[in-house]
Amino acid sequence: MVRAQGVRKRFRRTEVLKGIDLDVAAGEVLCLIGPSGSGKSTFLRCVNHLEQIDGGRLYVGGELVGYREQGDVLYEMHERDVCRQRAAIGMVFQRFNLFPHMTALANIVEAPIRVRREPKREALDRAAALLARVGLAHKANAYPSELSGGQQQRVAIARALAMQPKLMLFDEPTSALDPELVGEVLAVMRTLADDGMTMIVVTHEMAFAREAGHRIAFMDDGVIVESGPPRELLSEPAHERTRAFLSRLLAQPAR
Amino acid sequence: MTRVVPLPRPGLWLGSAVVVVFAALVALSVFRNPNIRHGVIAQYQFAPAILRGLELTVVLAVLAAAIGLVLGVVLAVMRISPSAILRVASAGYTWLVRGTPLLVQILIWGNLALLFEYLGPFRTNDVMTPFVASVIALGLNEAAYMAEIVRAGILAVDRGQVDASLALGMTRGLAMRRIILPQALRVIVPPAGNQFISLLKATSLVSVIAGGDLLTAAENIASANLHTIELMLVATFWYLVLTTITSIAQHVAERRLGRAHASAHGGR
Repeated sequence: MVRAQGVRKRFRRTEVLKGIDLDVAAGEVLCLIGPSGSGKSTFLRCVNHLEQIDGGRLYVGGELVGYREQGDVLYEMHERDVCRQRAAIGMVFQRFNLFPHMTALANIVEAPIRVRREPKREALDRAAALLARVGLAHKANAYPSELSGGQQQRVAIARALAMQPKLMLFDEPTSALDPELVGEVLAVMRTLADDGMTMIVVTHEMAFAREAGHRIAFMDDGVIVESGPPRELLSEPAHERTRAFLSRLLAQPAR
Repeated sequence: MTRVVPLPRPGLWLGSAVVVVFAALVALSVFRNPNIRHGVIAQYQFAPAILRGLELTVVLAVLAAAIGLVLGVVLAVMRISPSAILRVASAGYTWLVRGTPLLVQILIWGNLALLFEYLGPFRTNDVMTPFVASVIALGLNEAAYMAEIVRAGILAVDRGQVDASLALGMTRGLAMRRIILPQALRVIVPPAGNQFISLLKATSLVSVIAGGDLLTAAENIASANLHTIELMLVATFWYLVLTTITSIAQHVAERRLGRAHASAHGGR
């Protein structure tokens, strides 16, 4: 579903991604862990072309993201084509980024109606079903400011799902939440995983990574140091850097 | 029941007394002044010539505000575009227009025929009537100020809103229209209202090119009957009516926008 080959990205002088190689199979849940500043979020933003890569290749569903390849040259895609690609990739942000001037329901139907030009009735019905699925059927007409952080994040997940994506990206979806609200968001993500959604999850929630993740990849300093099944990687990491990161993480009280 | 006795504040009372007395003196000096013919004011307050001027002032202000808004949004978007040329062009325009007196700009547009005798196939003086020159001068001036106001509004919207819009597959244009500008409006409306009030008053400057506005009408009458102060008071009354209505509309708009998104910076 996702294939990264030597993906490089720099911001001015600093190289943030130094050649990422990664494959994510359809239906797989990959958790991306690592210290802050290691490039996890940047990589995630490259997958749906919110950031442009400076080297390597990135494929989603067998299609090169953001570029057209002809011979040896990569041509940047027309905006309309980039948008078509992005529409098939859902993204959930650390700070929710719901549209504050719209109700929960309006947040969810905005893109299906305006981007995919779905009939209004159909979009509204599906949005209502999605709200029910994340346990917020009764909050359809609430504005984001009237919702708790956990509820906002669940609406954000429903908003992403409304575009019927084949891949979901989660960028630290629980880091901005009060501890008691983390569980409800993780529960929704877990049901998604159980339904066979392909997911890349940048997270610090080791419990989630262990239980819902099929594979964990550890990133440090712009490269993927190692990846493997959760139990193996968490209990007997092969690399010193992974071990150091995990022991630092476990030394802290939860989160 | 315990009584609460506030601390005496003689300074406050004295200050208030001074203000009241001073205001009364000013009012008296106007109303009891033998040099002001109240009959003249009453005669011209609703005179057809004055009302025509008033109408033109409103039309000028509305047209200039419309031009200012549209061009202002364009300039603001240019200012934050990736193209350096567009950014510099927008900044240069703002620099030029804000850096020179509006009165000078009005005089230049009003006397354009001295610069270009013909505009394409037309004689400049046939096209650039005082009215057209006034609308253009005021509109272009307004745009420079609106550009800054709109730009500040757009920049005030959280970056994450653009990310979320793009991630859903929206084009930049759609995100701007549906997500960014509606939120920017909250920041834009208060200064834009002030700007419109300034514009209402600035229309009086077009009297220098015989723009036919409220002040032009009042001046024309005054130059015939020499009751200058009376006619200025007639005009003053109408300007106050216009600015008061605008202030109320601005207040209502702010309240309604505030309700719709009490949200943006509300709880988490």
